[in-house]
Amino acid sequence: MLLIRCPYCEKDLPEVEFRHAGEAHLVRPSNITEISDEEFEAYFFLRQNPKGIVFERWRHVHGCGRFFNAARDTVSDKFLTTYKAGEPKPALGESA
Amino acid sequence: MADQIALRRTALDGRSVKRPWVSVTPAAPASRLVLRVPAENVAAVSAALGTELPTKVRTSATSGTRSVLCIGPDEWLVIDADGVDLAGALKGVEAFHSAVDVSHRNVGIIVSGEGAEATISAGCPQDLYLPEFPVGTCCRTILGKSEIVLLRTGEREFRVECWRSFSDYVFTFLEEASRDPLI
Amino acid sequence: MTAPFRIAGKGRLGSAAVARFTFDGKSYAGLQGDTLASALLANGVHLVGRSFKYHRPRGFLSAGVEEPNALVGIERDAARKTPNIRATVQELYDGLQAVSQNRWPSLSFDIGAVNNLGSPFFSAGFYYKTFMWPKAAWKHLYEPFIRSAAGLGVAPDKADPDHYAARYEHCDVLVIGGGVAGLAAALSAAETGARVIIVDEQATVGGTLKAETGTKIDGKDGWAWAQDVANRLAAMDNVRVLTRTTAFGYHAQNMVALVERVTEHLPGPLPELPRERLWQVRAKQVVLATGSIERHMVFPDNDRPGIMLASAGRTYLNHYGVAVGRNVGIYTSNDSAYYAAVDLKKAGVNVAAIIDVRDNPQSAIIDEARSLGITIKTGHVVAGSTGRLRITGMIVKPKAGGPTQTIGVDALLTSAGWTPSVHMFSQSRGKLAYDEATQRFLPGTYVQACASVGACNGTDDLAAVLAEASSAGLSAARAAGVEGGAAAATPQASASESWTGGMLGVPQGVEDKKAFVDFQNDVTAKDIAQAVREGMHSIEHVKRFTTNGMATDQGKTSNMHGLAIAAELLGKPLPQVGLTTFRQPYTPVTFGAIAGHARGKLFDPTRRTAMHSWAEEHGAVFEDVGQWKRAWYFPKAGEDMHAAVNRECQTVRKTAGIFDASTLGKIEVVGPDAAAFMELLYTNPWQKLEPGRCRYGIMLREDGFIYDDGVVGRLSQDRFHVTTTTGGAARVLHHMEDYLQTEFPHLNVYLTSISEQWAVIAVQGPKSRDIIAPLVEGIDISDEAMPHMSVREGKICGVPTRLFRMSFTGERGFEINVPADYGRAVWEAVWAEGQKHGACAYGTETMHVLRAEKGYIIVGQDTDGTVTPDDAALSWAVGKAKKDFVGIRGMKRPDLVRPGRKQLVGLKTKNPSIVLEEGAQIVADPNQPVPMKMVGHVTSAYWSANCGHSIALALVEGGRDRIGQTLYVPMPDKTIEVEVTGTIFFDEKGERLNG
Repeated sequence: MLLIRCPYCEKDLPEVEFRHAGEAHLVRPSNITEISDEEFEAYFFLRQNPKGIVFERWRHVHGCGRFFNAARDTVSDKFLTTYKAGEPKPALGESA
Repeated sequence: MADQIALRRTALDGRSVKRPWVSVTPAAPASRLVLRVPAENVAAVSAALGTELPTKVRTSATSGTRSVLCIGPDEWLVIDADGVDLAGALKGVEAFHSAVDVSHRNVGIIVSGEGAEATISAGCPQDLYLPEFPVGTCCRTILGKSEIVLLRTGEREFRVECWRSFSDYVFTFLEEASRDPLI
Repeated sequence: MTAPFRIAGKGRLGSAAVARFTFDGKSYAGLQGDTLASALLANGVHLVGRSFKYHRPRGFLSAGVEEPNALVGIERDAARKTPNIRATVQELYDGLQAVSQNRWPSLSFDIGAVNNLGSPFFSAGFYYKTFMWPKAAWKHLYEPFIRSAAGLGVAPDKADPDHYAARYEHCDVLVIGGGVAGLAAALSAAETGARVIIVDEQATVGGTLKAETGTKIDGKDGWAWAQDVANRLAAMDNVRVLTRTTAFGYHAQNMVALVERVTEHLPGPLPELPRERLWQVRAKQVVLATGSIERHMVFPDNDRPGIMLASAGRTYLNHYGVAVGRNVGIYTSNDSAYYAAVDLKKAGVNVAAIIDVRDNPQSAIIDEARSLGITIKTGHVVAGSTGRLRITGMIVKPKAGGPTQTIGVDALLTSAGWTPSVHMFSQSRGKLAYDEATQRFLPGTYVQACASVGACNGTDDLAAVLAEASSAGLSAARAAGVEGGAAAATPQASASESWTGGMLGVPQGVEDKKAFVDFQNDVTAKDIAQAVREGMHSIEHVKRFTTNGMATDQGKTSNMHGLAIAAELLGKPLPQVGLTTFRQPYTPVTFGAIAGHARGKLFDPTRRTAMHSWAEEHGAVFEDVGQWKRAWYFPKAGEDMHAAVNRECQTVRKTAGIFDASTLGKIEVVGPDAAAFMELLYTNPWQKLEPGRCRYGIMLREDGFIYDDGVVGRLSQDRFHVTTTTGGAARVLHHMEDYLQTEFPHLNVYLTSISEQWAVIAVQGPKSRDIIAPLVEGIDISDEAMPHMSVREGKICGVPTRLFRMSFTGERGFEINVPADYGRAVWEAVWAEGQKHGACAYGTETMHVLRAEKGYIIVGQDTDGTVTPDDAALSWAVGKAKKDFVGIRGMKRPDLVRPGRKQLVGLKTKNPSIVLEEGAQIVADPNQPVPMKMVGHVTSAYWSANCGHSIALALVEGGRDRIGQTLYVPMPDKTIEVEVTGTIFFDEKGERLNG
């Protein structure tokens, strides 16, 4: 069971309090009714799913309830950092 | 007929566990409010409620019969055993907030005694060691397979809140966990 | 009464009380503090089991957890029968009853031993090759045979009467292993004030000090020092000492799983205590002090009872005061076995000879053995053994070849050196490094916050172990952020034992007949050679082909030998052949410990409504809906389900019915932007819905498919009372929070779950208003003041209510929401009023039938995640003028708007009494060849007493264009003719809503 740092509670807390919520930094187009099928496909269906560092959303669902973002290494399963929803993608230093 | 008053029938009526090292008992019925307030309106809501909302997540403020638990960055659970109309107190507040009565949604359970921490640690993965989880600390978390809200009310006492239909599970879990005499 | 092999004055059990026990029904006496193994050995019993595959007689190999042979059943009572207990670990208690396994009819005469004679056919890969053909024989012949022949021990067939405790624990430093290294590390960590947990799998700490006699620390005998340290630690507030506790799983971020055996060593039962306790420890730092395990020598017939590890022979002698024989042989490739020889000799046991494969070994302990007059044959090997149920002799010959000689022995102690116990380190995902000089894998690269100390780290010298461990304990405390305390003085080695040597694989000059590598899975050196010959070049393949190391002992004694044999045959350096994965658990763990409290009532929460007890008292039959128990139907005396449901359905439409709808999800949406938020999350328009009115809402996912539905009431300009499906309650709130927090955070609105705040009593039917009228206060419930689809706040029975005028039956109906603790009282009041009008209580089955008669869908039954509002004939609920809502773009994808999609329609069977099966497939032409083209499937099907015929809903390709057509539902025994209809079967005009 992982420990995940909730950026709102500012504490490392057990994984069972959290729920994974897919890739991060995907923005719902404000003109969603006008986008083409290809653009909709890219927004809704296509995901990176790389081996290595991913930016993903989590929710502290059995805690403070907030959605937040995390950078995680899918090879080591280590969280590099977590940050609040709406904040920009962090630059990952050597620690990454 | 319209003047008949229906009887309140609480979910854990009559249940109680007493052991030399820990007791598990239902809390008295209480008024409860879920408050959602953006940071800029906390002062206005605090004033109307007559209780200062603590603004650090995982902390609480208790005075008299009332406890205010900061569960999330803009979320509070107010519990008042006095049966007061909490929502009514906020009726006049113009500043944007949400006050929702959940008096009957939750059930409170008091876990008390030398073995209280150990009993809850049977199903709660957070570190409840006193220096890490001092009196007044509160959080939404997990007990076994149920979500709970946990408030440390004393060095050897916790209040466990869960949703009504989970209360049988949560109480039974605590009852079972309390059998272990190891502190 | 002294057991024949107990040596007076030897061992540490002293004048312990006698513990009586039985083995296979025969009574014996042992001492408190014995293991079952030491007690049996004290009585001269070596034969304790039959091997897994060949049913060969087996005795004890070891004195610890690595034991592959001596697996027994412990039987306390009819329900408490535990198979596969290692006799070398089981502590003796008075009244213990043990039985041997894998033998029939008896241990000394076992019919299954015929496998041994047929063993050429049971070679490696036998199962893979033999049972391939004919195919049908697998199911009917081979599998039943293998299943009955396979497996060790017998599982109890009664429910486990014991209970098991669980504990999440957190600490600064977790020390795994209570030998010299672990104790020294724990002591130095503890003296800083850090939260320390030290665990040891044995009854007492001490580790290999149990076997030793020559170790002194801080001037004290090693064993006494260890007990002193443990007592000091146990007295400290910041330390938890857990003995009889095995660390069996090392997970991410220093989460280590421990199992503590609380009552296994006690006569019982002790209902007040848990049998075992599962600890899930989160440690800031872990110190691994897991020691090392001795390997056996590989030679033909090396598995006879009486052939044991040298360290085991020494442990039995020096700790338990038990001689493993009267005339003991020693076969070794390293010095440590000489200590056993010397100790035995000094205790008065004859040592027949020491056979050492090394040509010219030199050390003080060898000199001492020689000076005691023990025969030492260097450069020799043991090429076999004699005996049947017990060794009678060892067959010795020069390594370089030459005549064999049989030396009579009644026990043979062997040692091929020591394997560092790196299981936990490997489980932590650390990478091992091979040390060529000492032929062992040692911790290399760490990936978690842990350190290895002592024998598991390849540190052999006692003083070095103490220094390394003390330093690691302090460093761990500091790394965990503990600033306080002073560095403890490092314990000093006053005297120690040391040894060198050891080997892997089969010594030269030895034939590889049945030279066992893995005792528990009966894998021989020859099997490994065969695997290599047949093309298995990776150790992972060799392992699976031969099953070497795959038994419950996890290859503790066998892995390194197997690897070395494969490497030699492949002509590759050993590390290149690889090392198999060390898997959890380190030693077997009971299901009881893993399940913990999660059994019976606590397996999963069972959710009940506030009115549940009333339904129970009134004979309801319940169904599971997720975690909820819902009243399914209320049979009267003599009624079956069919009759009860028919009566309930007709009563609701004739007078009224009362239904517990409390499980529906409910969400309070509050804020000035509440309507704007609802506009975005539901397809319907909400801005113009007046306070006090309700609307049926549909929620889509972004892909345009129906996600949930429910009636929404607007309580005021800025407050909505949203209902969701029972199953959708949690995920709908999650979905709404997701959009609110991350896509529409500019909206001033908050969401609160009120599912359990309100108990919901649905009163449906022509008499519904009459029933509730006397109870309601402050609300005008006339049709004019409170039309269909409206909501009012007021009082009922003197308590607050949110009263909805709505219907899921097509009848005039109300849903009374009251605070949950009042639910039962209000229900009873409504019931009493209902009785005056002939109303009934009805359950979920009637609810389903009534809604289907009206063509109301159930999301998740009539939809499956690929159904659009148009497919479900719900286009009317999609706001045509809306600029945005979740799913608005997805709905317009080409595949979602193409003609010919499956659409929801009704089906009427041509024979009105046939009720279709839900899920049944539908075809247009019943005479087409198989596989037929399926044009749809049945989603809901019921007998409708109100209609007098069966009804069904179905998703059918181009369904609405097929209304009036005949389709076919092929079933195994017949083909059912159906007519496609609209979805409404009853009161098509909807007049009864106000009737």
